[in-house]
Parts: sequence; structure tokens; C-alpha cells
Amino acid sequence: MTGVPVPYRVVRTRPETADTVSITLAPAGTAALAPFTPGRFAMVYAFGVGEIPVSVSRIGAGELVHTVRSVGAVSAALCALRPGDRVGLRGPFGTGWELPRAAGRDVLVVAGGIGLAPLRPLVLAALAAPDAHGRPNLLVGARTPGDVLYAKQLSDWAAGGGPLHCAVTVDRPSPTWRGRVGLVTELLNEAWFDPANTTAFVCGPEAMIRATARELVRRGLAPDRVRVSLERNMRCGTAHCGHCQLGGALLCRDGPVIGWDLARDLLTVREL
Amino acid sequence: MTSTAWDSALGAEHRARLTRIAREVSFPAGTRLFEEGRRADRFWIVRAGTVALDIHVPGRRAAVVETLGRGELVGWSWYFPPYEWHLGAETTSTVQAYEFDAATVRLLCEEDAGFGRAVASWVGGVVADRLRATRIRLLDLYAPYGSGDLT
Repeated sequence: MTGVPVPYRVVRTRPETADTVSITLAPAGTAALAPFTPGRFAMVYAFGVGEIPVSVSRIGAGELVHTVRSVGAVSAALCALRPGDRVGLRGPFGTGWELPRAAGRDVLVVAGGIGLAPLRPLVLAALAAPDAHGRPNLLVGARTPGDVLYAKQLSDWAAGGGPLHCAVTVDRPSPTWRGRVGLVTELLNEAWFDPANTTAFVCGPEAMIRATARELVRRGLAPDRVRVSLERNMRCGTAHCGHCQLGGALLCRDGPVIGWDLARDLLTVREL
Repeated sequence: MTSTAWDSALGAEHRARLTRIAREVSFPAGTRLFEEGRRADRFWIVRAGTVALDIHVPGRRAAVVETLGRGELVGWSWYFPPYEWHLGAETTSTVQAYEFDAATVRLLCEEDAGFGRAVASWVGGVVADRLRATRIRLLDLYAPYGSGDLT
């Protein structure tokens, strides 16, 4: 972990949706950040604009991919990057999904919207170690068919042939959409997992996380085996500034991934 | 396999009683199961496949508001007067289902209070779940700023 941004160069960019871009980064010089694990994040600095926390959406050999949605000044600047441009990176920060803790259990991944980005490396890691877990499931909710991230990859996974059960639902279907319509929790009936022996990983808007975690617990998952990724206003990344405080936790250090047993009460307190 | 809505909401005894009066049916993709405003005289439990619930909009293709899959109840209007469908329904894939005669099930509910309470709780739970889901979707959570402008 570093306190000073390390220069990285943009290797390539890939538009995922109308407002979301995946940016592949590699060290610009000899300095590089320590290896990332799924769920951890970097503070990405758009020079002259600002710095925001972004989880890794793919971890390659010597490369990191960040998927960024343009919703503000810094994210818009990141989405406008071109190959050869440079950014500053600090990290890795946070707790990560800690997939090895799910060894021997079914893996249930539930993503909403841009929440799929930090979960993708987890899915790839689970697929890379099929003997370490039970059957992996990936359930994805999106606003419209045009907002589905990594659409080709999801389509390939959903087509079957592999061990992954993958299903996608949208809130607002287009006239040509032939898939599921509704909340992502409605896909749970068709997933294959044993609630008594499953670890779930959930990321998305907070209301979606609450609805999903409650439903999973209702179906028999232990709250501490429902891992959720929370988002607060992370600034320093080093648990000093307090911007990301949630109750007694500083999410840049103690999160963003925590168990539902800890998150449940915190998320019902307004303005916490 | 994960327990389905049908499995988890009704006890085995009540499920068995319903299953005894069910017809096993199969529909090809694109079959209209019912239309808004028509008499709700049947309902289904999906065993395989997907059913889309839709609302007719004049001059436009019917708007799909929700899809239902394995284990889910298709239709609850049969349980409440005036027993008319509020939506339309169409299969989006080959569907295998249990089909039930609504009047027969309502009569069983009247004759056996325990069974009637279980069915009422099941159907009420389905309606509540769909209301909850609709309210969450109303928030448009996946929009850039979720449920509205930043404060």
C-alpha cells in the first residue's frame, strides 16, 4: 500500500455501456502497486481533477482493469481517458471478498448495476478454482438491457456449458428483450445453492443490498456468510480522515466488504 | 436445489392437497395464458420456463412488467373478487406448469379452514412480495443517482 500515487498508463479502454468504461492500466515506470485481490480497491487520481475509489474489475498479469461509470467530474475525466494517458494509483485498499473463506461451499454472487464490476474478479477466481467450491452462481440485475455490464461475457456464461449458473434480469425491458424482468432477488429461485452451505457475495445500490441480504437470510444463509460491499465517501484510503466512517467502522480499512451480521444494523440507521 | 417460493410458502401437506387437483400442462413459447379484464378462473405454478406479465398499451407493444420462473405463482386475481385478471400473461419459453381450477381451490379453502388459512397466507405473501419488489424498482436504483438527486 502506498500513500503517494504511483503513475500508471492507460493501455486500452473499452466502452461497456453508454456511460461506463473499462480502463486497463499498467505501471508507467518501474514502480507498481502490490497485488490486488478481488473486492479491494484503488484510489484513482485523474491528474488535475481529483481522486476517487474504484474497485478492480479484472486482475491481469501486470495489468489492472477498473470499470468506471461517469457520474461526476472525476469519473467523467477517467471515462474520457485514452490509451497512453496517465493516472495516479494508490492502493490496494480494503478488505476484499476473501473467496478462500468460502472454500467448500456453494458460491452465490448477486450484483446490481455497476456493482457487477467489483464482483467480476471474484467470479473469475471462483471459475479458476472449480474444485475449491460448490457450484458458482451469478445473478445480475440492471436497469435496462443496454445497461448490462460485460454483456458478451454474461451472455456466454448464461448460454451454459460451464459450471457457472448465470442469470440476468432488468427493471425496464426493451421491446426486443427476451430475458427476465424484475428484481434480482427473483432469480434466486432458479439458482443452485444449498443455503446451509453457501457463501453469498452482494454488491449494488444499498437498498438492493438490504433486500437481497434479508432474502438470503430468510432462505437460511447465516448472516456472516452474506458478504456485502458498502460504499461511503472514501478519501484518504488509510483510515485517517474519517469520511468513510460507518458506525464504528472505517470502510476504507474495515470494508468495503463486511458481513451482513455487522452491516445489518448499521444500514438501518439514517445519516450514519 | 434451492427451495422455491411454492416449496417454502406452503407446507408439504397443503402442497400435496393442491397437487392432487392440479393438471400438468405444457405451453409453447408465445402462448397467451390470460388477458387483462378477463375472468380469472385458473392459476398456475411454474415448474419450468418463464412467463411474462404485461400491460396492454394502445398503439404499442404490450409492456412487460415482470417475469415469473420456476416455483412461482402465476396469477392471484382468482383469489380476490371480482376474479378478473389485472394483467396479461404470456409464456416466453416452453413452460411446464401445474394448472389449477380457481373455483375448486376456493371451495376447498371454504371447507377446510386450516387449508384456507395456508392458501391465504401463501397468496397474500406473493402479493406482498410483488408489492415490495415493485416499490424497490420504483426507486430506479440503478440510475446514476439512484432514487433521486443528491442532497
